[in-house]
Amino acid sequence: MFESEMLTHNLLKDYVKDLVSKGQRIDGRGFQDYRPIEVKEGTFTKAEGEAWIKLGNTQVLVGVKADVGEPFPDTPDKGVLVSNTELLPLASPTFEPGPPNENAIEVARVVDRAIRSADAVDMSSLVIVEGKLVYMLFLDMYVLDYDGNLEDALTIASLIALGRAEIPKVEIKDDGEIEVKEEKWKVNLKDLPINFTFVKIGDQLLLDPVLEEEQVSDAAITLAIDKEGRVCSIQKKHGKFTMEEILNATSIARSKWPEIAERVREAI
Amino acid sequence: MPLYVEKKPEVLITEDGVRTDGRKPYEMRPVRMTVGILDKADGSAFIEWGGNKILAAVFGPREVHPKHLVLPDKALVRTRYNMAPFSTPERKRPGPDRRSVELSKVIREALKPAIFVENYPGSVIDIFIEVLRSDAGTRVAGVNAASLALANAGIAMRGLVAACAVGRVGDFVVCDPNHDEDMWGDADMPMAMLMEAEEITLLQTDGPMTEEQFREALKLGRNSIRFLYEMQKEALKRPYQVVERSVRGVV
Repeated sequence: MFESEMLTHNLLKDYVKDLVSKGQRIDGRGFQDYRPIEVKEGTFTKAEGEAWIKLGNTQVLVGVKADVGEPFPDTPDKGVLVSNTELLPLASPTFEPGPPNENAIEVARVVDRAIRSADAVDMSSLVIVEGKLVYMLFLDMYVLDYDGNLEDALTIASLIALGRAEIPKVEIKDDGEIEVKEEKWKVNLKDLPINFTFVKIGDQLLLDPVLEEEQVSDAAITLAIDKEGRVCSIQKKHGKFTMEEILNATSIARSKWPEIAERVREAI
Repeated sequence: MPLYVEKKPEVLITEDGVRTDGRKPYEMRPVRMTVGILDKADGSAFIEWGGNKILAAVFGPREVHPKHLVLPDKALVRTRYNMAPFSTPERKRPGPDRRSVELSKVIREALKPAIFVENYPGSVIDIFIEVLRSDAGTRVAGVNAASLALANAGIAMRGLVAACAVGRVGDFVVCDPNHDEDMWGDADMPMAMLMEAEEITLLQTDGPMTEEQFREALKLGRNSIRFLYEMQKEALKRPYQVVERSVRGVV
């Protein structure tokens, strides 16, 4: 929830909280239900891999662009992955043009951390010549329509875009020249870490919140589950949780993983 | 050219649980907290924790600038976490980077639940955290210091926020990861709590943990935080301790 940017009407607050206390949500879902995930057909960019998805009314477009360059000096045996989120002004009346603000930076880092901590992209497979030349993957996450839960939507779209990416093969010739081949290679996804975002309203945990639920929520947390059911990244956002609530959220997320991961696999 | 090359130790933790700095899995590095060391700030604190040296200062409640940020019904809370250029082996470029922007946000969200913001409508509470020397766990050290600085500034709070990181190295869940474990360990989990009601106000995780390890880590985090919380209370009281003496027999 982007607290500083929004003033919420008390009527909305009361309405949503009242519904939750009766066991209901504004869009009629159960507390642990995900909104439908729709993956748009077609090509919309010049990215090496892309995904335009709708999570309910939230729409995001993620593109993976590739480049080659020098690895970081401390990881000569690994490729490079750079993540960035753009909260486009056309996605919400509260988004403004300009460099990424703290919300955009946080979202990008939360998605990036899920992917990295689960070792989802085989970083050593991105090496062309150790210490000299590696593939660099740029994960550019575009928010097109903001109706809550960007973390999950962007993670799902990023995994699909990475899984779909086809990148031209690069080789170094004997004279040291870089040769770009016709042949393509596919990014090897070793894991599908899925982020699950919950908000707390009263004493209830709601999975996959819509914008209004984010706005009125008392607390929010995003956690990623890997294919072995392990928690691999967490980001508590505003508010406070008890230990029981955190453990409860992890077990709900764990039980939801197969369903969402299957959706991602299908789309790839 | 980097002058300092990081080297991964051959063994991060031995089979019987001895860490690279000789600690056991559940041991914390030495901590020292000092309150009120700055003159001009409304509240301040200094924390030394392992090799970390971190200053925190609080200004406010004071007038909000720029004016459009004013919240009519509560105080605005702003936090800046900043690393000094000389706080790391290699010079850090001054100014905010993406990491420090994120940390400023999560630290603010760790402290805000403790503050009675509704007591100070229309004002701002500014919290500044300056890392002078970094040695793993700067964000949690910063939270401890900032919480002390808030109390030192006399700001109405529900309780003190204390914080500690826990982590996983191989099969061991460890308390307060050191630099090596931070760099090459398997999981890192900074935590902060409002201790009275045992509410978690900061929780991040980077690296996989099984359900069992995660439960152990949460519990270890809570126990470590309780220890730091007791230290915080002591550090706050220290300047105000009552001196009592009987005069009988002297006059």
